[in-house]
Amino acid sequence: MTFDLNFFGMLIGAIMASSVPLILAASGELITERSGVLNLGVEGMMIVGAISGFALMVLTDNLFLAVIGSMLSGLIISSIFGFLTQTLFTNHVASGLALTIFGIGISAMIGKNFVGIPGKDFPLLLVNLRESIPFVGPILFGHSIILYVAFALPFATNYFLKRTKLGLIVRAVGDSPVSASNQGINVTLVRYSCILYGGAMCGLAGAYLSLIYTPQWIENMTAGRGWIALALVVFATWSPLKVLVGAIIFGGVTIMQLHLQAIGLTIPVQLLSALPYIMTIIVLVVISRDSRKIKLNTPTSLGQIFYKEK
Amino acid sequence: MKYLISVLFLLGLSISANAEFKVGFVYVGPVTDHGWTYQHDEGRKAVEAAGIKATYVESVQYGADSERVIRQLAQSGHDLIFTTSFGYMDPTNNVAKDFPNVKFEHATGYKMDHPNVSVYSARFYQGRTLLGHIAGKMTKTNTIGYIASFPIPEVIRGINAMTLAAQKVNPDIKTKIIWVFSWYDPGKEAEAAQALIDQGADIIMQHTDSTAAVQVAEKAGVWSFGQASDMQKFAPKSILTSIIDDWAPYYVERSIAARDGTWSQQNTWHGLKEGMVAMAPYNPAMGSDLVKEVEQLQKDLASGKANSFTGPIYDQKGNLLVAEGSVADDGLLGGMKVYVKGVEGDVPQ
Repeated sequence: MTFDLNFFGMLIGAIMASSVPLILAASGELITERSGVLNLGVEGMMIVGAISGFALMVLTDNLFLAVIGSMLSGLIISSIFGFLTQTLFTNHVASGLALTIFGIGISAMIGKNFVGIPGKDFPLLLVNLRESIPFVGPILFGHSIILYVAFALPFATNYFLKRTKLGLIVRAVGDSPVSASNQGINVTLVRYSCILYGGAMCGLAGAYLSLIYTPQWIENMTAGRGWIALALVVFATWSPLKVLVGAIIFGGVTIMQLHLQAIGLTIPVQLLSALPYIMTIIVLVVISRDSRKIKLNTPTSLGQIFYKEK
Repeated sequence: MKYLISVLFLLGLSISANAEFKVGFVYVGPVTDHGWTYQHDEGRKAVEAAGIKATYVESVQYGADSERVIRQLAQSGHDLIFTTSFGYMDPTNNVAKDFPNVKFEHATGYKMDHPNVSVYSARFYQGRTLLGHIAGKMTKTNTIGYIASFPIPEVIRGINAMTLAAQKVNPDIKTKIIWVFSWYDPGKEAEAAQALIDQGADIIMQHTDSTAAVQVAEKAGVWSFGQASDMQKFAPKSILTSIIDDWAPYYVERSIAARDGTWSQQNTWHGLKEGMVAMAPYNPAMGSDLVKEVEQLQKDLASGKANSFTGPIYDQKGNLLVAEGSVADDGLLGGMKVYVKGVEGDVPQ
């Protein structure tokens, strides 16, 4: 094993890349949940984004269209969930689970024609800097644009929720839809928007997997990452920056445990495989001990159906 | 109305039950997985091409669900049913008891409780021997990276066969293994491949189902091997060859036998000799000498002149597994649970 600085730079770069889908999906879901809507369809929206992005890449040969299309498809499929829960007032949990099952099914159906097609190289930024600067190069450069977007997103989300009027409205709707409605806020509209935004981000997270991370389409290729993103939101107590920390720890321990296995350490492999989950929970529980802050961040009306009084 | 429908339904069932000879397949994954199930479905298509009707049910869960599916196939007039994953072993035997006139064939299992059940599998480890020979000759770092799925005898057998063959041509070889505990998680397979490459492996091979690992190898500029089907187009420069599972001849032969009434109970474990395990074309980058060498070894393994597990073979602790001059019997191979000398790490318990 080589212990030079460049090796660690590469390692950190790999960790960052592996946490991108989690950051994107969890940041989107966080906004949805802060508006009081519990959407368990993250996995379904991600997988639909993955197939849409890949299919568009194959059909149009245009990566920009593919990325935009994946976000649109996530948005469209989440609108089904929005219609069910906000217009027909169905149960959030049941509708979200249905969305996941639907997403996995329809992506497999569309994907039948796209199996076994190799993906395209996604343009990476400043690759020459990555190779010429030791340690810092592999960390900062040579990534796709989506990675930079993903790492900026939690900060933008944090600013949006805490410092903007729209963010305040989203939080108000999530905490007390009745009071918000009495203030003249259109609760249904706000919740619809948050659901659609969450869908678009999950679609993007899926496209990252099928276009950049492992450029190909395989049925069920998200392999449970949507559920991890969902859990991250809760364990991070609905704070965008803690979502970022959680996603990096999860990605980091996942990559590190693979390296530990490859070194041939005599730690039971099952324990190593469980390590990402255990570590993420421990760290997030430790950094979110402050119960006052949890109360402040938790959307009080999460998962409750809001009927506007006529 | 309801009555009419049910009469029509029963009529339909009885018509189909009395109709032509039919074969049914039960798959564990989707036919589009480009690996295990894909190859079984290629076999089914060959049966169709031979003029026999062959239907399938894909992505069937282990357990009660699979028994229901198998039973339904038997009820709806299928005369021969192939159940193509280890987990269908008990359900297959349960249904076989109730349908003595239907023939059942179970892949990779060992239970034949009734005279109408056969089992079959392939000696994939013979392909691993060839990969090991190539890897031992091609590696510059003397480190082979191996992505493994679950610690079952079939997977451990593959690791051992590969390592033994590599050691024979290059005594300094080391096999590094990462267990991903999944048959099918492209993201994780890619991460594992990258970790192995970062740790100095310049040869990557995997006993998992996706093409992610070979793509990572292609990008990193190291050698790789395809698994279950020919993955050459995913990594044209990096792939040296692929192990291909070819079920088609067996499926056609057994289907025709069942149709003509010559089917009998069998326990089949075929390999390179019968063509159930085949190799994709060798990459010319290996050099013509090595290609010739490996082709000869392939012929010898097929004819029985060479064997993947020829003694002396020691496990990691130095215990003798197979004595000098003899070869491992199928009993030892079927229950293989320890690594041979030269593999790093422990088998997960």
